[in-house]
Amino acid sequence: MARPAKISTTSEYDVPSTPPEEPGFRQFSGFPAWLDERVGVGKIVKFGLRKVFPDHWSFLLGEIALYSFIVLLLTGVFLTIWFKPSMAEVEYTGTYQLMRGLPMSEAFESALRISFDIRGGLLVRQIHHWAAILFVAALTAHMLRVFFTGAFRKPRELNWLIGVGLMALSLIAGFSGYSLPDDLLSGTGLRFVDGLIRSIPLIGTWAEFFVFGGEFPGSILISRLYMVHILLIPGILLALIAAHMTLLVYHKHTQFPGPGRTDKNVVGYPLFPVYMAKAGGFFFIVFGVLILMGALMTINPVWVFGPYNPAQVTAGSQPDWYMGWVEGAVRIMPGWESHWGGTTWSWNVFVPSVLLMGLLFTVLGLYPFIERWITRDNSEHHLLDRPRDVPTRTALGVAGMTCYAMFWIAGGNDILATHFKVSLNAVTYFMRVAVFVAPIIAFIVTKRICLGLQRKDRERLLHGGESGVIDRSLIGGYSEAHTPISQDEAWTITQQRQFEPAAEVETVDADGQPIKWPKLRARLSRWYFSSDVAKPSRAALEAAHHHDGPAEPTDIESGTKADILDDQLETDAHR
Amino acid sequence: MSSTRNNDLTPARSEQSDDDEAWDQYPVENPGIEPHVERYTDVNKAAGDRAYRKVITMFALVPILAILFVVVYFAVPKDAAISLLGTDFKAQTLLFGLTGGLAVLLIGVAAVTWARDIMGDHEISEERHPAGTDPADRKDALAMVNAGVSESNVGRRKLLLGGLGGALGIVAVPAIVLFADMGPWPVKAVRRETIERTIWAEGVRLVNDVTYRPLKASDLEIGQLVNAEPENLKDLHSHEQLVEKAKSAIVIVRMDPHTIKIPDSRKDWQVGGILAYSKICTHVGCPISLWEQQTHHLLCPCHQSTFDLGNSGVVVFGPAARSLPQLPITTDSEGYLIARSGFTVPVAPSYFERDSRNDYKDGDR
Repeated sequence: MARPAKISTTSEYDVPSTPPEEPGFRQFSGFPAWLDERVGVGKIVKFGLRKVFPDHWSFLLGEIALYSFIVLLLTGVFLTIWFKPSMAEVEYTGTYQLMRGLPMSEAFESALRISFDIRGGLLVRQIHHWAAILFVAALTAHMLRVFFTGAFRKPRELNWLIGVGLMALSLIAGFSGYSLPDDLLSGTGLRFVDGLIRSIPLIGTWAEFFVFGGEFPGSILISRLYMVHILLIPGILLALIAAHMTLLVYHKHTQFPGPGRTDKNVVGYPLFPVYMAKAGGFFFIVFGVLILMGALMTINPVWVFGPYNPAQVTAGSQPDWYMGWVEGAVRIMPGWESHWGGTTWSWNVFVPSVLLMGLLFTVLGLYPFIERWITRDNSEHHLLDRPRDVPTRTALGVAGMTCYAMFWIAGGNDILATHFKVSLNAVTYFMRVAVFVAPIIAFIVTKRICLGLQRKDRERLLHGGESGVIDRSLIGGYSEAHTPISQDEAWTITQQRQFEPAAEVETVDADGQPIKWPKLRARLSRWYFSSDVAKPSRAALEAAHHHDGPAEPTDIESGTKADILDDQLETDAHR
Repeated sequence: MSSTRNNDLTPARSEQSDDDEAWDQYPVENPGIEPHVERYTDVNKAAGDRAYRKVITMFALVPILAILFVVVYFAVPKDAAISLLGTDFKAQTLLFGLTGGLAVLLIGVAAVTWARDIMGDHEISEERHPAGTDPADRKDALAMVNAGVSESNVGRRKLLLGGLGGALGIVAVPAIVLFADMGPWPVKAVRRETIERTIWAEGVRLVNDVTYRPLKASDLEIGQLVNAEPENLKDLHSHEQLVEKAKSAIVIVRMDPHTIKIPDSRKDWQVGGILAYSKICTHVGCPISLWEQQTHHLLCPCHQSTFDLGNSGVVVFGPAARSLPQLPITTDSEGYLIARSGFTVPVAPSYFERDSRNDYKDGDR
């Protein structure tokens, strides 16, 4: 018989420590120790508890999206307790007098039940809908922030792609959600989707029959959408969000340029306690605001629309905001259709819906790779760009936003026509042109604004800021003395890595690898960078400060890329 | 591109290498993190105490609001309403939201206030490390991968990888085939019985879509539009009725025969200026409903496609590409409007296999 092993009463991991004067844990023992010896919680704490996060309001946009998603999960679970995803016909017998005796689907009946008979049901339904609207809005704003600050650059390209996936899925999540109540408005939306699916060349009819289980509306669509809405899409969303956050932790958060901030550090406040309180508190703020919105602002009053009836529709039917741009594109598309042999190719539906959505997400997904192909920039970037410092990217972004906005506005062409008492046809014709012309104008204007701001920065760096003191010289001329800007500001506005426009067509890169389409790349590079205003070199700055006033227009002094002569003339005129 | 550009002005920017140090990003010396500035709540004890009291008060209000929420749940009747700012709110929804929402909001505001005014606010700096693995570890990783590759013997027994790939690939086929029952296959015979067919047929009466009362030609005045359905729709129930309704709904309009164009081929499709058209838009299938009496235009409220019912339903505006299908009608012996036949072309939006050569085009005789 073996002797029992000696039982140790103290763990080998126990670390005795001297009692601290501040309140806190005296030693790693008790439950934390128990947990640590099983899952190594100490290592996790050591790795992450004091992780540094930088402060900036625009970093909250992604947080709002994340928190709205959590609110969606919480309120969504509550709604599933009563919602019946069935298209079976029942007669309404609930408390809403105006619909008593009407035939309707079980889905609509249970949506009414949640709204009128379950205490708090209407509130939760409205919170859920507002949260969905906020989720997509915050996600979009977050994506724009990432785009305009260049946060998608190496090493974050994959996280950008995950983000684009989240964006696309969030649209499906939203659409499948507001289609569930089977009211007149959502049924009209489904009819629209039926038309979109049908329009896909070659496989459209098959896709329609497979999605709807036969002809529109069929008897099974709501059950299928329910599965998509509460299982499939949220499951993928959760997985992608987890990956998004993991990469965020791995890369550490980007930061804006500022004193002491470089590409090699991250400056801010520790996760524990500051960011736990700030971010955790912010979750409750987002949740609280959503609850108040759900209480005070009616959203999707399905009892006003009534049950779905394929022979009825209301004027002014609009989808939720995030589908508005597709709706607009479909509205302003000319009625082009090809009839070849016994087949019909519905460009008028397919192009502005399926193709346009595909185009948007393809362009979004490809952009970081296109930019990197042009810059051939292989360094890691953790300092964010100020939008003005990359004028072409910023202008492209604003042009894209403008194009989106034009499509979105076109989605309300009937509302515009009735509210502003203009011809519906005129609005439509105008928008057909505006979706192409407005982005070009926006591009030019934005680029000029960026270049102007860059010039201002360069001016401040070389000559300082306005002092407000006017000197009169002996011969009667007036001039304003400039005060040099602080080193903090000078550092902050010179952090941008600038790129030279390709001077000649390069066919191999630095490693000797052949470059694809070298001529196109060279031309794009020139288009992208040739008008950028170069930041002054160290020598130019020192020279300018040495002169302590309007500097000599030496070669070193000037330094813009395309407008060196302009600059010199201007300086000459000053003297 | 300016030819006067001097490379000295933009030192080393064109040298793009992996090494961050190779380019002169910093024409200015790094001033370092700003000196820490004490907050008012740190230097002024009264202000610090006020912030503390503020946070505690907010936390203390939460249980009160939570209790109120529960009281509302049991005490306020479901159908009670509250009038506020000219709007009638459901009392429960409003009060749940105000108590619950404020409680949750206060937790958040209190936590953020705590973080901003009371917690330490010393900025700290953490070093970053490159995302990639350093060369030594890369070498180790490569060695490990190669050890595995070698032990798996795929180098010598080359078919293994191909076999695995092929097997995994082919398994996708049954997985995909498994979904073939998601819906009936829209082969020609199925299409003919579903999307290419409605329940309209010779002799089916046109009935009012709400009352199902049959319509007489004499009931209609010039300029009037009536939404109608086939009489046999009422024999169907539940989703079968919805499916048919989504195709069979029509509009009947009466126009002055002298002000409209009726092609020779459709002379006997109408009864004294009474014409029937599919109500389902040929664009994406919305029920068209806005009737412009004077111009004989019918406008779809979804995407504003506009059809001229005085000209065999051709498109005059908007994204639709095809004319509204017209239903040939006549009257029966009692004077009721009946269909002469079903629709001559499929109704509703286009689909790929649709033969659209027979649709009416402006100018057809």
